[in-house]
Amino acid sequence: MSLRRYAARRLAIGLVQVLAVVTAVFLLVQALPGDAAVALAGDNPDPARIEQIRAAMGLDRPAVQRFGDWLWGLARGDFGESLISGRPVVEFLRDGLGPTLVLAVLALVLLVPLAVLLGVLAALREGGPLDKAVTTVTVGLHSIPEFALAVVLIAVFGVQLRWLPPTAVGADLLGQPAVLVLPLVVLVARPLCSISRLVRAGMIDALASDHVRHARRLGIGVARVRFAHALPTALAPAVQQVARTTDWLLGGVIVVEAVFVIPGLGTILVDAVAGRDLPVVQGLAVVFAVTTVVVNLVADLLVFRLAPRSVAIA
Amino acid sequence: MHPLNRRGFLGLTAGLSIAALTGCGAAEPTSSASAPRAGGRLRAAFAGGGAKEVLDPHLANLFVEAARSKALFDKLADLGPDVSAQPRLAEKWEPDATLTRWRITLRPATFHNGQPVRAEDVLASYARILDPARAFRAKSSLALIDLPNSRAVDERTVEFALKRPFVEFPNVLAAFGAYIVPAGTEDFTTPVGSGPFRFVSFEPGKSVLLKRHDGYWEGAPHLDELEFVIANEESARANALLGGQVEYAHDLTPTTARSHAAGDRMAIHRAPNSAVQAFAMKLDRPPFDNRDLREAMFLLADRPQLVESVLAGSGQVGNDLFGKGYQHYADDIPQRTRDLDKAKFLIRRAGAEGLTVKLDTSTAAAGMVEAATVFADQVKGSGLTVEVVTGNKDSYWSDTLKNGSLSSFRSGAMPIETHIAQRLLSGSGTNMTKWTRPGFDALYDQAVSTADAKGRGEVYREMQRSLHAEGGYLMWGFADWIVGAAPNVGGISTAPANTLDWARFDQVWLG
Repeated sequence: MSLRRYAARRLAIGLVQVLAVVTAVFLLVQALPGDAAVALAGDNPDPARIEQIRAAMGLDRPAVQRFGDWLWGLARGDFGESLISGRPVVEFLRDGLGPTLVLAVLALVLLVPLAVLLGVLAALREGGPLDKAVTTVTVGLHSIPEFALAVVLIAVFGVQLRWLPPTAVGADLLGQPAVLVLPLVVLVARPLCSISRLVRAGMIDALASDHVRHARRLGIGVARVRFAHALPTALAPAVQQVARTTDWLLGGVIVVEAVFVIPGLGTILVDAVAGRDLPVVQGLAVVFAVTTVVVNLVADLLVFRLAPRSVAIA
Repeated sequence: MHPLNRRGFLGLTAGLSIAALTGCGAAEPTSSASAPRAGGRLRAAFAGGGAKEVLDPHLANLFVEAARSKALFDKLADLGPDVSAQPRLAEKWEPDATLTRWRITLRPATFHNGQPVRAEDVLASYARILDPARAFRAKSSLALIDLPNSRAVDERTVEFALKRPFVEFPNVLAAFGAYIVPAGTEDFTTPVGSGPFRFVSFEPGKSVLLKRHDGYWEGAPHLDELEFVIANEESARANALLGGQVEYAHDLTPTTARSHAAGDRMAIHRAPNSAVQAFAMKLDRPPFDNRDLREAMFLLADRPQLVESVLAGSGQVGNDLFGKGYQHYADDIPQRTRDLDKAKFLIRRAGAEGLTVKLDTSTAAAGMVEAATVFADQVKGSGLTVEVVTGNKDSYWSDTLKNGSLSSFRSGAMPIETHIAQRLLSGSGTNMTKWTRPGFDALYDQAVSTADAKGRGEVYREMQRSLHAEGGYLMWGFADWIVGAAPNVGGISTAPANTLDWARFDQVWLG
């Protein structure tokens, strides 16, 4: 199978996956107790008023019809409007995408070279003191939940020592990069551990593999063998893990956004689910699903290039 | 009438405060906010709902929306420290002898665009709130106004016709969300009001920036600028204050207050009697249709222990009546205390020994789950068992209005009359305890048509006596409202949350 045909097939599957996700999300939010009218009425739950809000929001129409209308709008590139504030969903996505992208992109930019470096260093000195130290720290760090790590970092570096801002309240992220330090440390900590472990394991395997030994016998330089022959093979599982990390970043961002007050997609999602604001939740589901599908597709194509043997062509 | 409060995020901050990890200095609190000083920008952090971010004051629901509306707009009246209506945009009000026609005189005031506030704007604002096709929060409060028969006498005089005699009409003028906007306003992207601050810019879910309105009728604010920023997590609000990123952090937990009370980075401001904490029993279904069993529940509550454990001491015990310290509160009724033996006897007499009752609760308001757990523990050994069931926080108030027989309840401040009208009459929209008694309804009608204040107070007391003896609200405590501020911030009031002086930034200065 050629790379192009493989990509086309995966795209078609991806489209079905996105549709499945938005349908599932719609059904899940429908299944939650209460609806947008109930959530908006809050602690003033006068049934007559809730009925009025429901009618004003158009929630008295059957669910199937509402979902159909939304899907038809989506097909024409229209994400609809928020039930609660009446603002276009696209505005929510635009407002939230900036901060989340800044976090996710910077996290990846830091994560990938760091993880490869740590993994390769540990693998080249397998069993040495550096390897032991890296292993100990990464395994330890990987077991701390983001939330706990964030609380400790804020307490120590933000509030006690005052080295860094404890939150990003009201800050312009790129204008005041200091506010990004702690959130990025929290975001990068766990995936850094898992990916550097994978690189290390892959590198050790690759260095011991037949084709690397063969390359050495041919008299190719040590550095060249390591970085042109062993590393690409070692990176294949790591690339797939990075793709999974990208999905995870979207989730990990929710915690980080809340603790550090960075109003991105995670915050919007939490608020929209609490408010049962279906169009907004749906719009976010589309963004998340498309991102996930695309990132995983790109990762698989990369692996296809790096190590064709390791891709199972179904 | 009492906005949703703390929107805790996944309960992340439960029991995990920065202070607990770092410890804190034991320095004497320093308040360098002495004499009022003009100038500066105050940044205030509130919890808010990104999705509900609108600047339409009639849609206000959350505390942040109420505080922003107050900075930009005025009501005709607002609630004073004793939660009684005080004149604001209305200079005075005079009812006729039948209490069905009220003449309101407006004070000279201008909107931010220089236009005077006219009788026409008042009528148009109320017409907008009463629009049958919409569901504004203040609609039920304003429903007794007969708008077609109300009129503008002149530029600064409005005459309201009411559908029935109502001596407490000023409470309606002070209703949550009953703000006066320029006639015909439907677009609030750049809101124009008559409040102490004028609009500068708005980033939904992030911040609202306002600046001083020099022509404010009550005198210009001290601050040059006021910025509202959103931080849903209580710990984030506290950290932002500690880190100097904001000067005012709204709605902090008693635990945070306790940790920082002695420090020099944060001044703690408490507003007593701000939120009543209660359990609501439904009278229209078993088991609490039995009066003995309700009294047993009243006697089982160890109120001081609840206040100490749930509110970390930041509150006072309640006596099963709403509105401690407010106008018309029946403070002559003896305080209930725990009496296990009598409760056991009453439970036996009600034939409820061995009965298990479900207590519905949720994290919709802070401390409710904790209070339910503590109370369930206090009931042990009485012959009754209380089983705590934690439900969904987003639909909690609507769910418990309909279902179950016992649930956690809380409420912000409002006049006692409003509390009765909304929750304790046969026709009340949110009658959580299903207290429906024709005699009580008649007393209410009598009270609101009694012009003489003393006589009216007596009727209110009589109503409260019957609620205390037989009602369904076990009101065990009144929580302080806690606000943190930088030590150099002055002019923060300790009036209950939801009243005029709460979150009132035109009186605040940076020292």
